[in-house]
Formats: sequence, structure tokens, C-alpha cells
Amino acid sequence: MAGLVIAREILIEAPVQLVWRTITEPDQMSLWFADRVDLVAEPGAHGSMHFGDQGDPVVVEIVDPPTRFSFRWNHPEDEEPTAGNSMLVEFTLTPEGDERTRLRVTESGHELRDWPDAEKQRYTDEHLGGWAEFLERLVTLLAER
Amino acid sequence: MTTKTDDELWSVIADPSRRRVLDLLVTNGEASAWSLAGLVPFSRQAVSKHLVVLEGADFVRRRKQGREVLYRVEPERVHQATRAMAELATQWDRRLDSIKRLAEAAHAEAKNHASTTKENE
Repeated sequence: MAGLVIAREILIEAPVQLVWRTITEPDQMSLWFADRVDLVAEPGAHGSMHFGDQGDPVVVEIVDPPTRFSFRWNHPEDEEPTAGNSMLVEFTLTPEGDERTRLRVTESGHELRDWPDAEKQRYTDEHLGGWAEFLERLVTLLAER
Repeated sequence: MTTKTDDELWSVIADPSRRRVLDLLVTNGEASAWSLAGLVPFSRQAVSKHLVVLEGADFVRRRKQGREVLYRVEPERVHQATRAMAELATQWDRRLDSIKRLAEAAHAEAKNHASTTKENE
């Protein structure tokens, strides 16, 4: 059972190449993600994100410029990250004209990447909305009891 | 950042059948695996398995009444899951906002630079 945790997106008034550099270049990443990022955007590259004194291992998965970038993190330091022991963060960039880019990010606990995009979209729409709504519904029901 | 606890949380509620069981427990209050099985299109064994996982993650509590085992929802755990999900969404929204600001600023700078260069030509 795929465990999609979260999906968010944003519209950016900048060309897709520029957004790509912002999310993949380590000195840029350190401005929006961690305090320090040691990472090369190459498939299979091992790196780390530093939050204060704490360093977290990261492994790059997909690098498909300028539209797809993904990495795994939150896995035990002495293990290779797999679908079972880590979270997959996947960025999808969609150009909307020359100067605008739609950026979407998903964080999931299990594999979604082997799915066709249409399936992934459908799953995200159904289950993500489903999750948040599900939890909200439970909270509402519990409050009424 | 997510924690290991969050990961467990997500894998527990990722399964639609398990969500259905949890939902029914909230809607109907305390219930046995038998009575829940009458309300879902899967077997009592499947319901029992879901209850074991839900109990392991503290979403439900069990107690014995006579020969029956009754399950009920732990409301605080549901609230905790809701807060964790909202927090994760907020973290990503903040990161996406930062990416937007950085990319748009760089774009504006590049355009400025291009027009200045043109004027100087």
C-alpha cells in the first residue's frame, strides 16, 4: 500500500530552468531547506542535510532536468535508503509559458515513482484529499460525541 | 522534518481498509471485531488484523467485557495525527514559499541585468 503523506504545489513567476537551479544547487538548497547541504544532484549520489548540529543522510534518486528531481531521506544512517525505511521527496516542475513554472512536491513513505503519471495524479487527488478530510472528519465526529 | 513516529503514523492510516475500521469505531463508538465485520466488505480476520495494527499505534484501546473484546478510539491520538499532518504541510508550504521568493528574485535580477546590458550597448 503506497503511503503518500503530503502533496503541495506553488506557481512561480520564473522560468523552469531557474526554478530547477534553485531546487537542485546545494548553495541554493541551503537557503530554503537546511542550514547546510552537501549534495550533488546526480542519481545515486549520497549527501547530507545539516540542521544545526544534526546531519541527515540524503540519497538522490531521479535527476531529470528541468522537470523531475527526487531524493530519499529520513533513513537510518547505517542503511541504504529503500522504500521501507525512508521518505521519498519528489519535485515536479511544469513550465507554464516562458516565465512561469508550476512546482509540485510530494513526500511519500512508499514507492509512487514507478506509477504512470496519470495514476499518480489520481492517487494523489483521491488519497491525499482523502487523508486530510478523513482526519478532519474524525476530529469533528470526536468533538460531537 | 518527519520523525520515525510520523512514519509509523502514516503507514498505519495509509491503508484504506484500516481507515474504514477506524472511521466505524469513531462513528459507532465501542465495538467488537464481530460487529465491525458486519459493516465492512472484508472478513472478520481482516478486521482483527487492522485492529491489532491500530492498537499497536495507539489509535484504539481494547477491553474485555465478558467473553467479548471491545475496541474504542483513542481521541488524543487522532488529534495528534491531524496536527502532525498539518505541521508537515506547513513545513512544505514554507519551503515552497522560499523557493518561489528565491527564484523570482533571481529572475527579476536577470531581467534587470539584461535590460541594463542592452542600454549600455
